[in-house]
Amino acid sequence: MAKKKQHTVLKVPAIEHGTVIDHLPPRAALTVVRILAVLEDLVTIGVNLSSHVMGRKDVVKIANRKLSPDEVAKIAIIAPRATLNIIESYVVVKKYTVTPPDVVEGIVRCVNPSCITNHETVRTRFSVLKAEDGSLRLRCAYCERAYDRQEIEIV
Amino acid sequence: MTFAGSDVISIADFSREQILRILAVAEQAERGRLPVFTSRKIMAVLFFEPSTRTRLSFESAMQRLGGTVIGFADAASTSTKKGESLFDTIRMVENYADVLVIRHPLEGSARLAAEAASPPVINCGDGANQHPTQTFLDLFAIRKTHPRFGAADQPPLRIGFLGDLKYGRTVHSLSIALSHFPCELVFISPPSLALPRHLKEILTARGVACVEAERVEQHIDSLDILYAVRLQKERFADQLEYERVRGAYVVQAGMLARVKPNLRILHPLPRVGEITTDVDRTPHAYYFEQAGLGVPVRQAILALVLGLV
Ligand SMILES: [Zn+2]
Repeated sequence: MAKKKQHTVLKVPAIEHGTVIDHLPPRAALTVVRILAVLEDLVTIGVNLSSHVMGRKDVVKIANRKLSPDEVAKIAIIAPRATLNIIESYVVVKKYTVTPPDVVEGIVRCVNPSCITNHETVRTRFSVLKAEDGSLRLRCAYCERAYDRQEIEIV
Repeated sequence: MTFAGSDVISIADFSREQILRILAVAEQAERGRLPVFTSRKIMAVLFFEPSTRTRLSFESAMQRLGGTVIGFADAASTSTKKGESLFDTIRMVENYADVLVIRHPLEGSARLAAEAASPPVINCGDGANQHPTQTFLDLFAIRKTHPRFGAADQPPLRIGFLGDLKYGRTVHSLSIALSHFPCELVFISPPSLALPRHLKEILTARGVACVEAERVEQHIDSLDILYAVRLQKERFADQLEYERVRGAYVVQAGMLARVKPNLRILHPLPRVGEITTDVDRTPHAYYFEQAGLGVPVRQAILALVLGLV
């Protein structure tokens, strides 16, 4: 057991305090790092780690900080099945799965070039359409176009 | 249910009851039974993109209700030329009028205008997105030609859509509105211009029976309504392909020999060869009458949002 534990630590070093964003789909780690606004503290990422549930997964660990509700909403849009672990003194004190919100404001850009939001200073607003299979679509409140998760751009 | 003060932005915002209320008031307007405003009401027409027909029918509707009209017919005469944002233009104009009717080339512009303005805003076309008053007009044409439409015991209507169903804004809005009523929809188009997948999914999820077809002759005999739209040459990557397929999307008098007696053919006009002129003389043609319904429908919408009825 001890040997295996060490093996895990080598893959993505543990943090003393902070947040671990786990179960990100492969390649999502870099997007998550990009959208998290303040990154003054240590950030470690793991890409294409093996996962029992997902086959391959990404992990992002951020030292010394918790995420704001806006940041959690962004992560939920990129990775609807991500789990967040709050770490204190190397111990997971809280663990939860993100829940995509019903509406996201100001965090997604509409990719429709004819949408008014790309021509005026407007805080974007998208309704989040959740399908039964867990997949997400986002509908722009202005131009009313709906997009798959893969098509959207996080601000 | 009260409409007073409401915006009219997208057909998706309207329930079955609200649609039926608009149609009922349009019927009153057509019979000359609507009251007129007892206090001065001003409508501002803000057309950042020209559309003579929509603008004139709105102006006529407002004047028939005893209101007055201010505004502009195209963007050339506005300060947006000087770089003023739409939001700022609306904040300025809202002080001058009791209702704003807006047409703008960008999608979502009417929604933004409604958020900027306190008086009601009516969308007269925001790019490729929505043109709800056209949809109410189309629904009114269906009601006029099939009077049981919308009744509690309405039998399902079989409604065909013909032409460019991919880019046809009127088709998208009308099919969504029809999903509130018992109907079967037949979508007839070249495969490359078929109804977008996400719309098909919405309609199917709402329990609307949808059929897709490639030739109008296959289905015309079973239809109660045929709604034809333009099939534009520019939408085809291959012009030879256009010439080869266009015949399958043209309605001619010769096709009407075995159709239902109550089949009515609608078209948002202008037509460009989708319906040959020999159809005009048949009892099935209704597109010119349909165009004439624009004024009573817009009277109804103005009367409702301004609290006249
Ligand atoms: Zn948009």
